[in-house]
Amino acid sequence: MTIALDQNRPARSYREVTRWDRLKTNRNWLAIWFMLPAAAFLILFLAYPLGLGVWLSFTDARLGRDGVFVGLENYEFLWDDTTFWLSVFNTLLYTSVASIIKFAVGLYLALLLNERLPFKAIIRAVVLIPFIVPTVLSAIAFWWLFDPQFSIISWSLKKMHVITTNIDFLGDVWNARASVIFANIWRGVPFVAITLLAGLQTVSPSLYEAATIDGATPWQRFRFITYPLLTPIIAVVMTFSVLFTFTDFQLIWVMTRGGPVNATHLMATFSYQRAIMSGYLGEGAAISTAMIPFLLAAILVSWFGLQRRKWQQGENND
Amino acid sequence: MTDFTRRALVKGGTALGAAGALTGPALLDWAKAWAQNAPWKPEKGAKLSMLRWKYFVQAEDDAFVKLIAAFTAATGVPVDISRESYEDVQPKASVAANTGTGPDLFWGLYSLPHLFPQKCMDVSDVADYLGKTHGGWVDSAVKYGKSGNKWIAIPICYSGALINYRLESSKKAGWTKFPTKTDEFLEYAKAMKAQGTPGGFALGHASGDGNTWVHWCLWAQGGQAVDASDKVIINSPETVKALDFAKNLYGSMIPGTASWNDASNNKAFLAKEIHWTNNGISIYVAAQNSAKDVAADMDHAYFPIGPVGKPTELHLMYPILAMTYTKYPQACKALIAFMLAADNFNPWIQSAKGYLTHCLNEYDKNPVWTADPKTTPYRDVAKRSLTAGGLGSVGEKAATAIADFVVLDMFANVCTGREDTKGAIAIAERQLKRIYR
Repeated sequence: MTIALDQNRPARSYREVTRWDRLKTNRNWLAIWFMLPAAAFLILFLAYPLGLGVWLSFTDARLGRDGVFVGLENYEFLWDDTTFWLSVFNTLLYTSVASIIKFAVGLYLALLLNERLPFKAIIRAVVLIPFIVPTVLSAIAFWWLFDPQFSIISWSLKKMHVITTNIDFLGDVWNARASVIFANIWRGVPFVAITLLAGLQTVSPSLYEAATIDGATPWQRFRFITYPLLTPIIAVVMTFSVLFTFTDFQLIWVMTRGGPVNATHLMATFSYQRAIMSGYLGEGAAISTAMIPFLLAAILVSWFGLQRRKWQQGENND
Repeated sequence: MTDFTRRALVKGGTALGAAGALTGPALLDWAKAWAQNAPWKPEKGAKLSMLRWKYFVQAEDDAFVKLIAAFTAATGVPVDISRESYEDVQPKASVAANTGTGPDLFWGLYSLPHLFPQKCMDVSDVADYLGKTHGGWVDSAVKYGKSGNKWIAIPICYSGALINYRLESSKKAGWTKFPTKTDEFLEYAKAMKAQGTPGGFALGHASGDGNTWVHWCLWAQGGQAVDASDKVIINSPETVKALDFAKNLYGSMIPGTASWNDASNNKAFLAKEIHWTNNGISIYVAAQNSAKDVAADMDHAYFPIGPVGKPTELHLMYPILAMTYTKYPQACKALIAFMLAADNFNPWIQSAKGYLTHCLNEYDKNPVWTADPKTTPYRDVAKRSLTAGGLGSVGEKAATAIADFVVLDMFANVCTGREDTKGAIAIAERQLKRIYR
């Protein structure tokens, strides 16, 4: 229906079909109308705060007070700020080490859970526990485990006469980094494992049967069937995993507050400290904004990767 | 949130007699009489809301709730109390001051009112009235309360941070009393560590315990972050001396203090892992309940005095302020004055068991300070305290420097060996210059 009848004109005269008429009835545009509520939601709650954050980073806003535009002043200050660069280093270290180990352990667990095991359902549920426990609770538990005086780990090792003094888990720079990375891995492995397990179950058993008949070893079956078919889901899981790890806040804040001497400050915790604790909203926003390029890079890698058929259908199919 | 309705009051009435000189009906009668004589008459239909720091000692909050209930009964003004961890009061108050809506009264930490002095109600009349009727204000309270010539907040109390130490092990190391000079303190710490009873100060991001001891240490050697005109002077030989002192001291501390937060030293002291530290009276209070042997074998002492020759302690101050946007300024003033009236304040400060210290001289007489001699040092913290920012102004800049752990990180950098003295001072100087520009 593209013609509208206008009652006021003499009979037989038809009104022009306006663009609006077309828009109202066009099926393709209908989709746009249906998407509008979702788009409004995204703009209001995602794009606007993001834009506001970027804008704040160009102002000298203080907590509870509007700022004026200062250009790149916040970034210039951060450029020479050793603590800022330390937090960048910490974030990259934290993200890369934790993500790689989470992937390795997660994949191993997924393969294990994909085998025929007794009590499979229960074991799968148990694996999810670290993911279900609220982060703050698990962080507090780790804080106790790593306490300089009351650590159960130090206590046990001392009783076994392995060590004579307590291990300074959170007070020594590298110990502290290792401790928070361990806590993050513990928390992140189930997500990787369960998602990869879901991916594994979509692999058709007939492929394995065919390979077995051809005399493939277990390693070959993994290398040439499981791995290529799993790549798309690996890309998605690892993107999420990297994003979550990169923006981690709670674990660090509860366990170390960025200490000792800022050795575990991530960009997220450092931004919070400068923006909310000290009230330098503009500077805190600049630190947060500085995270965006890294996050975009992580997203782009998986995005372009997923576009390529090689990733989706195996090595030699471009 | 605690909302005082008449019913809640009737229910609470029976419990009112638990602590303090005045019991149930007597307290109400007194409150009514006070309200009739007070210079401030709450507006008709007034309602107040208050955001306060979250209590550390439950009994203190109970006593406070009673006090507010009596106010409501006497004046008919309901008061709505909400509580936040003391670090979180500041952001909320800043936003309220900026937007012009929120609780009428904020009770926060350090220099909170100085973040937005023009948004704080002038309470000079309340301060004068209280000062006159209760023996005058201590010096540091005047500095915290006044902006220019007018009072923008009323300093309610301090939370003292003093030395906590074990008696038996100190005696064994040759010290019957805690050392009073910084040099002696260094020897003491060495001797204590040598005999396997070390102590420790927090070097992690501990807002209370960490900041109080590093500022004491800096000031004791004559170092200052800024001078009286807020010019950054951290890069000085005195600061170097303070950092060297701290590094020496750190060598005699228990390992692990670089990760300590505000709760760590409490735990370690109660578990007999450390034998000296700095803290409020909460360790002693907790020990009386759960570790009576520790309570019997511990005492409190002032921080040792350094080369500058006078006390250089920093204690936590809790001022209360009323926002200019409140619709009921008279009610706000009446409530603040009511909180500090002797018959209210005495039982309340007593219920805090020494955790909180008054800023009005009259309350030196409160029996809480003499009933148990171990609490006596905390009586004087308001008189001994310097203000946030040292020589410099009490205000937003000083508050920011403390909240951002500038001095604390400088000390931690040196003690843990991450930076040399020069490097650590340079980092702190750069940050301070930005804050104080």
